[in-house]
Amino acid sequence: MSATPPAGSASLKLARSNRQSPARKRADRFGDLALFLICAAAALLALLVIVLIAKEVIEGAQPAISKFGLDFITSSEWAPPLEKFGGEGVIVGTLITSAMALLIGAPVAISIGIFLALLAPTSVRNVVSPLVEMLAAIPSVILGFWGLIILGPVLVSTIEPFLHDTFGFIPLFGPPQTTGNSVFNAGLILTIMVIPIIASVSRDLFMAVPRELQDGAAALGSTRWEVIRGVVLPTTLSGMTAACLLGLGRALGEAIAVAQVIGGSTESHLSLFEPGGTMASLIALQFPSAVSKMHTASLYYLAALLLVIGVTSNLLASWIGSRFGNAAGVTR
Amino acid sequence: MSLFRRRAEKEFDPTQPLVATGNLSRRHFVSRVIQFLAIAAAVAAVAVLVIVIWAVVSHGAKAISWTFITTGYPTGVGPYLVGTFEIVAIATLIAMPIGVLIALFLTEYAGRRWTRPVQLVLDVMNGLPSILIAVFIYILIVAPTKKQSGIAAAIALAIIEVPLIARGTQEVLNLVPSHQREAADALGVARWRSILTIILPAAVGGIVTATLLSVARAAGETAPVLLIDSLAKGDSIQLNPFGQIPNVPVRIFQLSEEANPEGFTEAWGLSLILIAIILALGLSSRALLNRSKRKMSR
Amino acid sequence: MSIDDQTFDAQPSTNGRPLAPGRVRIRTEPLPGVIGAPAATESATESHVHVAPESVFEADGVGIFYGKKQALIDVSMRVRRGQVTALIGPSGCGKTTFLRSLNRMNDSVSGFRIEGQIRYHGHDIYGTGVDTVEVRRRIGMVFQKPNPFPKSIFDNIAWAPRNLGMRSGLKERVEKALRGAALWDEVKDRLKDSAMGLSGGQQQRLCIARAIAIEPDVLLLDEPASALDPIATGAIEDLIHSLKGRFTIVIVTHNMQQAARVADRTAFFSLETRGEKPIGTLIEFDETEKIFGAPRDPRTRDYVTGRFG
Repeated sequence: MSATPPAGSASLKLARSNRQSPARKRADRFGDLALFLICAAAALLALLVIVLIAKEVIEGAQPAISKFGLDFITSSEWAPPLEKFGGEGVIVGTLITSAMALLIGAPVAISIGIFLALLAPTSVRNVVSPLVEMLAAIPSVILGFWGLIILGPVLVSTIEPFLHDTFGFIPLFGPPQTTGNSVFNAGLILTIMVIPIIASVSRDLFMAVPRELQDGAAALGSTRWEVIRGVVLPTTLSGMTAACLLGLGRALGEAIAVAQVIGGSTESHLSLFEPGGTMASLIALQFPSAVSKMHTASLYYLAALLLVIGVTSNLLASWIGSRFGNAAGVTR
Repeated sequence: MSLFRRRAEKEFDPTQPLVATGNLSRRHFVSRVIQFLAIAAAVAAVAVLVIVIWAVVSHGAKAISWTFITTGYPTGVGPYLVGTFEIVAIATLIAMPIGVLIALFLTEYAGRRWTRPVQLVLDVMNGLPSILIAVFIYILIVAPTKKQSGIAAAIALAIIEVPLIARGTQEVLNLVPSHQREAADALGVARWRSILTIILPAAVGGIVTATLLSVARAAGETAPVLLIDSLAKGDSIQLNPFGQIPNVPVRIFQLSEEANPEGFTEAWGLSLILIAIILALGLSSRALLNRSKRKMSR
Repeated sequence: MSIDDQTFDAQPSTNGRPLAPGRVRIRTEPLPGVIGAPAATESATESHVHVAPESVFEADGVGIFYGKKQALIDVSMRVRRGQVTALIGPSGCGKTTFLRSLNRMNDSVSGFRIEGQIRYHGHDIYGTGVDTVEVRRRIGMVFQKPNPFPKSIFDNIAWAPRNLGMRSGLKERVEKALRGAALWDEVKDRLKDSAMGLSGGQQQRLCIARAIAIEPDVLLLDEPASALDPIATGAIEDLIHSLKGRFTIVIVTHNMQQAARVADRTAFFSLETRGEKPIGTLIEFDETEKIFGAPRDPRTRDYVTGRFG
């Protein structure tokens, strides 16, 4: 109740000044309607922006869509001077870098979530949580620049030779290149970007697992890990899936940092250490200097594909999230 | 293994000392290994943060001087800083009212039926890759006018900011105690008056927090400015929003694309300034959020 | 001390029996080999010899703190093997706090601190080197609110045995546990269904089945029927009767009739004003008939006759 006096007195004052004169009443009716309409218009505007983005991008891509059709996805030749455009190279590059980010990032991020929510004392959590969020706040252009100047040389000089020597029989770990700009570097930078997103969502998920449920498991003589594996992880599985999809969406769509470190090729190679390209990074790199209408349209085509993938993963995440919400309702 | 099982299955003797029996030692070991891995993951994340920040600080500090901040190209970066400040300010001026109004719509008007679809729109908007928003504004504004401009970039950044502000505001509005609303309703105060004079003021702390966070995000966004506002020269301060405005992220990006050591130094310096601003915004928003949450839950 | 005293298990706390020096120990301290203090490691063998064999728990001058707030003061009692012991008293009197300290479920509560000693078969439960997981494996617990895991009925029960390595004969074990909890006939055809679909009473019996599946030594029941309707409550009480003898049971209940129906011995906890703030403590502990028929302490009499709020 201690919070009421200011609010209460404000509403009292309002009520007193509100001695219902007809003019006042009319003004109130108008005010109510006006505020509602303005708010609804703002919400509508958001919807409109989404719809317009889809419309404009797909319209812009129209020339390329009608010329290349679905062959665009399977053709790998991207040669602007020859007016030949196929997106296979960058589509594969997008999938590889995102998969790498998710395969490394998700387990690490979920472990961080476990640590923050279930293992760390409050004082440690209060320090580490903001640090993890700080990692998410680093602008991608700076992270990309760091990947280019600092991480790239380290990869070339030590990590790539090591991986090649140890796992060289896997074609993914081909011979190291002279430059650190590679699919591998891009995948690592995306991993760094994805981790804080998944970590903070899974931390919140784990903290929301009912105390009674964990106590119930602990009272059966279970170790910390058994409680986590047996109760915490299964109850949050769908939420974690949604978090990973959010991370995936981020990785798929990141243009700038990837453009800085991936080497700007439009072909796909088996080795992670070769340069490559992703859909988003190719748009960022070539859009400002597109040489022809068809070139621009092909970039729009990539954007349209990105839009479809991005929106799908978002809707999927949100759908799973809402289903999780229901499941949590049953679990209490 | 079978021996192990038989031993574990045997009735335990409750009078034995309370130390691990049966397979418990092995289970404790597994548990400890995994707890160690979880700690290691957290340490790794913090280590990456420290390494990145340290690289930016140690390299950037060499570049920064009074001349660096106050003069233009080629000796300094003043125009880029001013430009980014202006673009983000315009973007926030556009995004803040829209974001707050959407949040109000969600908490005060949407009801059960409309909350989910509107929230979905916000989620999709928030998840859209910024490069797509950049392409969109390019088609919508830059292509027809055949001219890059600061205002177009600001609009693109506003699209990025709106869902962040709306979400943050919505969360705080939901915290406004319902008895405050009910008290106003019971007194017969018109809805719009109670919203504007009671509910919004109570949420001001949260709105500012969300706005600060969205500013931090927008200041570092590179894709929109790269496509929409990338051609300005940084030799002098440009303020006309309908013209091209030099800005920090594009400058860092362009410098990183050139193999020029002096350019790299400049890029580190710019990165340090940008990261310092963003982290300061993040920290102050966090402090503010804690304060306003305390105030509301009192 | 009152170790061999069978009739006065509970010391009326007001008569100010001073605690033996060195008896009061704070758990977080490393255990020193203090003179006069029965150190846990030694008492493991030593105190075992001169303790009456039927005692499962011996609490000695137990006080419990949450941060600076003291929730419980000076509780000394013993729980006998194979019996049902009920803890009753008004809300906030610390009976649940005491129960949860018997298998160290309070450890995770921030600011928790205990003084005095609780011995389980002669071993200090809060002694150094004690494995809390082992403690809980021997001393199971069922909570106030049914808390089945979001898994199938079968997996709810099989989960802990699997962890413990009791993999052979798992089906039989699950069936035995469900029969033991009088739930088998109701769920035998839908063992694969989610446990969340059971009614509240069934869920609670499932939680009891889950607890007895690993055959613990002791069952702690924290108001197991408080969230249930009268019929489900009756089922739980029948179940407690059938478990008597197989397990040592300590049950917290706010329902005096329930205590009178199920318990062999009953402990009455109440709030006492010490200094400025009321603190929970043990008032009287005796045979259930005596507590309800001829209580010695006027406060117990007031409570069991309903004169107490």
